[in-house]
Amino acid sequence: MTTYYTSEHEWISVDGDVGTVGITKFAAEKLGDVVFVELPDVGKSVKKEADMAVVESVKAASDVYAPVTGEVTAANAAIVDEPAKVNEDPEGGGWFVKIKLADMGQLTGLMDKAAYEAFCASQ
Amino acid sequence: MTMNSTGRPTSISPVDGAGTLTTVTGSKGLLQAEGLIFEIGSTDKTGVDLAMPKGIKSRLGGVTRGAPTGLPGLTEPEAVRHYVRLSQRNYAIDLGLFPLGSCTMKHNPRLNEKVARLPGFADVHPMQPQSTVQGALEVIEELADWLRKLTNMPAVAMSPKAGAHGELAGMLAIRAALIARGEGETRKRVLVPVSAHGTNPATAVQCGFIIDEINAAPDGRVDLEDLKSKLVDSSDVAGIMLTNPNTCGLFERDIRTIADLIHAAGGYFYCDGANFNAIVGRVRPGDLGIDAMHINLHKTFSTPHGGGGPGSGPTVLSEALAPYAPVPFIVKTAEGLRFVEHHSEAPDSFGRMCAFHGQMGMFTRALAYILSHGADGLRQVAEDAVLNANYILARLKPLMSPAFEGYCMHEALFSDGFLKDTGVETIDIAKGLIDEGYHPMTMYFPLVVHGAMLIEPTETESKAELDRFCDALASIARRAVQKDPSLKTAPHLAPARRLDETRAARSPRLKWTPEAPTLKAAE
Repeated sequence: MTTYYTSEHEWISVDGDVGTVGITKFAAEKLGDVVFVELPDVGKSVKKEADMAVVESVKAASDVYAPVTGEVTAANAAIVDEPAKVNEDPEGGGWFVKIKLADMGQLTGLMDKAAYEAFCASQ
Repeated sequence: MTMNSTGRPTSISPVDGAGTLTTVTGSKGLLQAEGLIFEIGSTDKTGVDLAMPKGIKSRLGGVTRGAPTGLPGLTEPEAVRHYVRLSQRNYAIDLGLFPLGSCTMKHNPRLNEKVARLPGFADVHPMQPQSTVQGALEVIEELADWLRKLTNMPAVAMSPKAGAHGELAGMLAIRAALIARGEGETRKRVLVPVSAHGTNPATAVQCGFIIDEINAAPDGRVDLEDLKSKLVDSSDVAGIMLTNPNTCGLFERDIRTIADLIHAAGGYFYCDGANFNAIVGRVRPGDLGIDAMHINLHKTFSTPHGGGGPGSGPTVLSEALAPYAPVPFIVKTAEGLRFVEHHSEAPDSFGRMCAFHGQMGMFTRALAYILSHGADGLRQVAEDAVLNANYILARLKPLMSPAFEGYCMHEALFSDGFLKDTGVETIDIAKGLIDEGYHPMTMYFPLVVHGAMLIEPTETESKAELDRFCDALASIARRAVQKDPSLKTAPHLAPARRLDETRAARSPRLKWTPEAPTLKAAE
């Protein structure tokens, strides 16, 4: 399982042709306490770099962009019920959706962990 | 201690540790402790004592309320005191400089209030015969005339009841124009800069459009290259929604170019006129190629606002959009002024936005403001608003980090750059301001600036008041840079300390429920 990162602070962890998507620890810390999450319905088609979910903290509301094009196969209802999970474990239990990738080639444009950490340090 | 001739001390003795003194009542000095109205109300009291009418026949068809309503009963003085006590915990434009600026409310000249209370304006009813309210119609028409002249636009819809309602009017007019061109189904894309007010994309989506964001350039203005790239294939472009001056408090210098690009692409130009107060009398939007723009009467023309209304958002329209303006609108006839109310007389109108004719009370106040200032005075309003903001920017520049280089318009915008590695955040600066006796500035907006602090002093503040505010904010900025831990727990002197916003948002309690069901119905 390999994890990739976007410059919009999403992560995608790919297993076969399905990727689990969430926001990074860096993003969760920047957002502050998350108080509301809106996820796409299962079965919905999402497009790379288009908004897919909404996350709201006490500071701001932000769009979460799909890191890849594909179809949503699962949505994490736990974070809708308990948004605090996004802050507690953003890169684990606080995942947002699972996406069945339409084009595995889209992963090549994303960052690996080291590149993403360097990117965050430059922010 | 020195005494005066009657033996009273001339100064008070200091009490150590302000706020640590506890009182029996919970009040502090003359600031009264006050509970919720449900907590102070009881069921055996009422403000109005009416005898039960005799011989009532219920016409409710058996659905009469069986259980008590549980509403609290208060005598009239108790009810008055409750709200006055709460109001004393609030901050208001009449108490001091309000750094949220005209977005919330600027000073309401009392002359406006006097005029609005004249019975001929205050006591008219929207369903009166029009022949009996010719004076009121004349006020609406005269205000409309000023708005057309100040914007150099041929038409204005007066009925929208707030800024966002005006946006809706403008975008519905654009949609109607596209439908009339036979392009209602094909032109769906509306370009919106990332720094836009949230209402802009919301309005466009409400009208069935799709949003395409335009990036900001490093100088805080629209990135022209990004805009051009989004117009390469422009067959689906409905228009653009742009605020000028924008939410970063900067004038969009390329606005003529932007208008030309949009028009060449076949789209319309909606301008969010929220910040018209910075350019009124200096710039006419009609000269910039704008097709529609709402004007928030509270922002530019000093009508009261905040706390949910009443707003008023007249929307000026270009020649291209004028035929689609909403009803009702006023026309002059030989018999006087008259509302055009119906589709039969205005076949191209997109329809009606509200039951009557808009906010009469706001029209009267806005016109009073315009007439008492005159054209030269209105120009000075814009000039002083910009001067005051730049004074704040210049005074705080050495201590805080301006978001962009150069002069600003009516709002001074800072980022949290100067707070880097201090552990202090924008929110702590805001809370520190409360201790200094000021309402916080706009924070964390616009979103394109990290940890944004946006300050709009408005035109009516004196240099002395601006200095007082700047001294307060400068002192907080210095404490922040010195990592003063007390800022993290501010406010220390306010009636309420730092509120738990996270818990309030995650598990809001929106309804009061009694600890035990002891409350009986108010008789």
